[in-house]
Amino acid sequence: MIPEIGNFALILALLLAITQGTLPLIGAARGITTWMALAKPVVQGQFVFVLIAFLCLGYSFVSSDFSVLNVARNSNTELPLQYRIAATWGSHEGSLLLWVLMLAGWSIAVSVFSKQLPDDMIARVLGVLGLVSVGFLSFMLLTSNPFDRLLPAAMEGSDLNPLLQDPGMVIHPPMLYMGYVGFSVAFAFAIAALLSGKLDATWARWSRPWTTVAWVFLTFGIMLGSWWAYYELGWGGWWFWDPVENASFMPWLAGTALMHSLAVTEKRGSFKSWTVLLAICTFALCLLGTFLVRSGVLTSVHAFATDPERGVFILGFLFVTVTLSLLLFAWRAPKVGLGGKFDLLSRESMLLANNLLLLVAAASVMLGTLYPLIIDALNLGKISVGPPYFEAVFVPIMTPAIFLIGLGPISRWKQMSLPSLAVRIRWAIGVSVVSAIIVPFYMGEWKPLVSFGLLLAFWIVMSILVSLKHRLSNSGQGNVFVKLAKQSRSFYGMHCAHLGVAVFIIGVTLVNGYETEKDVRMDIGSRVTISEYAFQFNGVSDVVGPNYMSVQGDIDVFKDGEFVRKLYPEKRTYNASGMVMTEAAIDTGIFRDLYVALGEPLANEAWVVRAYHKPFVDWIWFGCLLMSIGGILAVSDRRYRLKIKERSKQFLDKKFTETSQATDSAAKPVSAEGGAALASDTRKV
Amino acid sequence: MKNLFNPFVHDSVRVSGDMITLKSRKSVSVCCMTIMMVILYMLSPVSRAEVEYKEAIPVAENPEIEKRMLALTEDLRCLVCQNESIADSRADFSNDIRRIIREQIKANKTDKEIIEFLVDRYGDFVLYNPPMKTTTVLLWFGPLIFFIFSAWFLVKYLKGRRLEIKEVTLSEAELQKAAVLLDTNQAMVTGNQRRENDNSNNQDNSSTQEQHPMDDASARENKGNNV
Amino acid sequence: MRYLLPLFAFLVLAVFLFVGLSLNPRQVPSPLIDKPAPEFELYSLHESDKIFSSKENLGKVWLLNVWASWCVACRDEHPLLVQLANSGLVPIYGLNYKDENTTAKQWLKHFGDPYIASVVDPDGAVGIDYGVYGVPETYVIDKQGIIRHKQIGPVTVDSLQNKIIPLIVELQKQT
Repeated sequence: MIPEIGNFALILALLLAITQGTLPLIGAARGITTWMALAKPVVQGQFVFVLIAFLCLGYSFVSSDFSVLNVARNSNTELPLQYRIAATWGSHEGSLLLWVLMLAGWSIAVSVFSKQLPDDMIARVLGVLGLVSVGFLSFMLLTSNPFDRLLPAAMEGSDLNPLLQDPGMVIHPPMLYMGYVGFSVAFAFAIAALLSGKLDATWARWSRPWTTVAWVFLTFGIMLGSWWAYYELGWGGWWFWDPVENASFMPWLAGTALMHSLAVTEKRGSFKSWTVLLAICTFALCLLGTFLVRSGVLTSVHAFATDPERGVFILGFLFVTVTLSLLLFAWRAPKVGLGGKFDLLSRESMLLANNLLLLVAAASVMLGTLYPLIIDALNLGKISVGPPYFEAVFVPIMTPAIFLIGLGPISRWKQMSLPSLAVRIRWAIGVSVVSAIIVPFYMGEWKPLVSFGLLLAFWIVMSILVSLKHRLSNSGQGNVFVKLAKQSRSFYGMHCAHLGVAVFIIGVTLVNGYETEKDVRMDIGSRVTISEYAFQFNGVSDVVGPNYMSVQGDIDVFKDGEFVRKLYPEKRTYNASGMVMTEAAIDTGIFRDLYVALGEPLANEAWVVRAYHKPFVDWIWFGCLLMSIGGILAVSDRRYRLKIKERSKQFLDKKFTETSQATDSAAKPVSAEGGAALASDTRKV
Repeated sequence: MKNLFNPFVHDSVRVSGDMITLKSRKSVSVCCMTIMMVILYMLSPVSRAEVEYKEAIPVAENPEIEKRMLALTEDLRCLVCQNESIADSRADFSNDIRRIIREQIKANKTDKEIIEFLVDRYGDFVLYNPPMKTTTVLLWFGPLIFFIFSAWFLVKYLKGRRLEIKEVTLSEAELQKAAVLLDTNQAMVTGNQRRENDNSNNQDNSSTQEQHPMDDASARENKGNNV
Repeated sequence: MRYLLPLFAFLVLAVFLFVGLSLNPRQVPSPLIDKPAPEFELYSLHESDKIFSSKENLGKVWLLNVWASWCVACRDEHPLLVQLANSGLVPIYGLNYKDENTTAKQWLKHFGDPYIASVVDPDGAVGIDYGVYGVPETYVIDKQGIIRHKQIGPVTVDSLQNKIIPLIVELQKQT
């Protein structure tokens, strides 16, 4: 009964989504206010029904209803409760339902938090979101219904993939999807702006916080995924350039570009069509990612659920969405104004250059990911493209981009002279070069690549300090703390995120440069020494888990002969599937991780044990965390929290219509400038 | 889901590493019983720190060979796994290839010869680092092409943009209109700024303030630029 | 016009993705097709003192089937192989891949023995020469000792009728 209710709720949600995707859009085009006003209640209704469906599926999992195919395939009576709940989105069908639930959630958020938006804009944004929702709901109902029955019911489920039975995996997909879906909001804003023809700074201002929030979620989601791979896959890697990872990384790169481009569009009124194109690209890459993961066209470590029929559907959806969007873009974009004037040497140019570099990086990742497919499609044979390619290509592209990360914040809008820029950065460059040369010696061995990586990281840190110094020296009177408190959260947010990049680079560089791995046969009582740490193997014992049997190793860790702690690496055999998982034991530290994994059993109770010393590896994820926190700081900035006073709002709206008309024509640069100035000024309100 | 470990169309079972067959599982548990007893013994009050310990033996007989083997296998694809390098994978296939590479290193083969040996048998698919060929030219030069194209686009766009904006001359009337517009803005802005004092320096960077350390700096700067 | 460029780029990509849907990313073609089959000399499974050399088969078309008693998919194709052997169309040789002799013999006793001879490849060395990366695999080798076809995975009725048997008949006509 419950699954049927869920199924019915999904169908109702689809009907509401169709309503949401049509009437408000037509209403906005024809100026029918009642149709436009329909958007909000329909969004709320859709959310309620999708939520009902989701709860029904969750209930089926929790109550182990194996007459539901999805539950029978992905759950088991022995599965602990938290993983039964997580299994709701552990399967392909369930993850789609989560996608749609989040989309409905974001739509509600848009309808609630955009009271100051004109009615037609809200109607268009929600309408576009409704169309996206129609695509996913019909995909789910037609090819991958989570409520399909299995008759006769199975006696026992075949269990959730043990890889997914992990706390990290419980929150990783929701975070990632929050990011993907969030970019659909940015996409909806872009399409709404194109439809209305009003592509101005206000549009950028509206869609900016949404984009940042989506980016924060995506960053956090990717970080969780990488961290999970590190401790769960058992060989201590954290990024494999696997197609599925690339599928989440490409939207991240494009989304990062979008976020920066939106900043320029909001503050200076420039790059409007570029920003719109980026918003479309980012969402298209999210859909492409879904296609790559779900269709099975590429071989990947995580090809969780693959089916060509589903591939055809997603590809069709991708095709319709992107083709229509790009046609709309080609139709509207030529009429969009250029915005504020700026020199070749200015913050605008640097942001544009950085944007392009990020896109070149995204395009290269895409090329490497899809090239085997293209070659195969042309019948030219089979090849593999793996980490060596991506590393060879990615580092040279990101190097100038990272240089610009440092340069951007200390350069000025509109124009600046080369000498003054040089004066500003000479200390930053000097200090970072010298420290990048010296520091590797302290790590034990000087390596050119390490020195180079550190140079990039130190350069970012130094440039942040320079920027901070300049900002403070121009912040009026008061002591340092008063001045620091004066700065906006978005200013700190930017630097926090950039600092995150630096921390990330340090982590990657040092762990790649100084990681030590030892693969040893360990008899009981024997030790293996890695740098100043010794690992003593005390044998293994059997442990019975809720749904697995485990062989648990007992290892004492000594530092310079002093006992530090015990580590318990495991080898688990899951009862239902018989799959064996290697659970590494990790001692996490600020400056190093100690990572121990059990290999195979040998004669005489000895085991093959892999032990690693990974310096600074946690900085990789800490850096990502800083980037996310930076995004949160930027979104929590005052200006987003302040409500516009009604009077000034009316005044501004009048001004905006005046100026945006002017902005649309490049022939009136004065007004365009005025528009840009006004746009940037109004943000203070 | 089974897919994840043994997706291979035909039966390459014993993708061992992570798939212990039933038989060995049984023997493992027998092993464990005895090991547990040993552990109990070991936990007896003898202080372990004082006991002489012996250094564990590396799995590799020859660390030099192992190092070369690992460097080679890191860039080789395990054919029976989903997407894993031979170095990381513990599948039977990977174990075999690792053994063969060790043997070949011992036989004084060069890295190039070993790679050739494998490519002869498994094709380019086994290489994660695709060789430069006519079919992979676009792969290797693609990023460079993207880069050059975007650099060209950047320069062209920035130049074109400047010309487009510069070419326009302003009439007196337009200038006046602009000035009026800007003045209202400015008035409004300063008004707002008084209310939201702490917010005044937010959006424009330090440099703006550096040159015009007054509250309405940005508006003035804009005006100055237009005229 | 230049605003349409993103659209064109996307359309090209979409075409490739569509073609890609019908491809199997897991099928790895063998580079050994139309190349001389690697020679081997291995002990026979049933007469453990006798060495079989692949050179003995020069001048005839033959099949080399890689099998093992631990391989589940081999059981699917085995009745077909027995049938093919009984038809007398082509001699089938077995390469017993990484197996134990006793279990392998029992397995043949139980499921039937289609092989003229089965040779033992205990450590998979010959398997690697042939580019074996899973079991079962079947090679069609012609009179000059050249590999003409490689069946990856179990032999099916379809692959026998439409590919392997016509190929054998054609190869046998050649001198």
